Amino acid sequence: MSTEEQMTFDQEPEPSSFRLIATLGVAGFLSGLVLVSSYLWTKPTIDANKAEEQRHAIFRVLPGTADFETFTLQDGQLQTATGPAEDRVFLGRDTNAGFTGFAITGEEPGFSDIVTVIVGYHPADQAIIGYQVLDCKETPGLGDKIIRNEGFLANFSHLVVDPEIALVKNGTKKQPNEVDGITGATISSRTVVNLLNNAMTKWKGPIDAYLQAHPELEKTTGHE
Amino acid sequence: MSNEVNGSQNMQEFLKGLWKENPVFVAVLGMCPSLAVTNSAINGLAMGLATTFVLIGSSILVSLLRKVIPKQVRITTYIVIIATFVTVVDFTLQAYFPDIHKALGAFISLIVVNCLILARQESFASKNGQWRSFLDASGMGLGFTFALFTLGAIREVLGNGSLFGVSLFGKAFEPWIVMILPPGGFFVLGLLLLLFNWSAQRRKQRKMQTA
Repeated sequence: MSTEEQMTFDQEPEPSSFRLIATLGVAGFLSGLVLVSSYLWTKPTIDANKAEEQRHAIFRVLPGTADFETFTLQDGQLQTATGPAEDRVFLGRDTNAGFTGFAITGEEPGFSDIVTVIVGYHPADQAIIGYQVLDCKETPGLGDKIIRNEGFLANFSHLVVDPEIALVKNGTKKQPNEVDGITGATISSRTVVNLLNNAMTKWKGPIDAYLQAHPELEKTTGHE
Repeated sequence: MSNEVNGSQNMQEFLKGLWKENPVFVAVLGMCPSLAVTNSAINGLAMGLATTFVLIGSSILVSLLRKVIPKQVRITTYIVIIATFVTVVDFTLQAYFPDIHKALGAFISLIVVNCLILARQESFASKNGQWRSFLDASGMGLGFTFALFTLGAIREVLGNGSLFGVSLFGKAFEPWIVMILPPGGFFVLGLLLLLFNWSAQRRKQRKMQTA
């Protein structure tokens, strides 16, 4: 069979370079066309999915929240976000317009690709009260446990952020600012802890300043 | 008469991928996704079906274009075709099945470099008509799906005590964590390869005896 193939190979005249380039060019062009159209076709749904997911995530990490306002960081101060901004935090309000806390997103490179997490922050307690992973491509079965491992999620029902959050070995959590790591997912657990510390360093100051300027928010805190 | 022969031949083209020439258990192709995403039954199934779609789509297209594509640039063209289908699958999953897309992560884009797909283009679709290429691709794709599903189901049952996320044994069961870790993939794959080789050997022996 291979000799036969060889023969047909030899008998065929060599196609011109132009034909080779043209073939690849046409293939690339058509492929690009298909890609662009499928991208445009699916983009609205993907964006809607993401926005919906974010809305749900905000409601989940800030218990009791019914509505939220979006803020962005400008000159180290919180400003009401007008358009789509990179850096955003969300101020949650319950059904009586009472203040429920801030939802903060953070990004950090994990074991593979960027991990994005959203947490609920309760300024009066200086604690994280809710946690959800928004985007994560960590190893399935290992690193992706940071998404739904029950023991790990339990860390974030009330995690004090001051002093700095520290990662400890699974089962040795003693202090309110310590996170029980996941056995077999140390790197991903550390990623989450670093992410939270970085996010808090970035947002805690502006949030505190904002609350000082708006003392009425502290009073309506629904948690006490 | 000749129609009948053709029919059974076509059937063969389809069936060979399921068992006799199973891409994972016999040809040992596409090992990266077979080991990496088969830690649960649903992941294995979704990965298998996504690969099947890409395989069928590219096989039909390559077979249609087999006389147009010059031999010198065929591999590049095949890769362009495969990558296009993969990206379409990627977008579609992201839009309509975001949970599955999240679970499979980077492995969706890596379907491009699954050697099973390129191997079918090079050894079958580029030499056969659309209909036979379609049958071959469906057989191989379903064989691949079957293999990934089997691996995933065994690993999920032993490693997590559940199937499709439904707990099977209750709280008393201590899961064999190693089964959902990478070594578990090798263990289960090794055992299944053993089974397939044993069955192939028996088939051969029986043929020798009758002859």
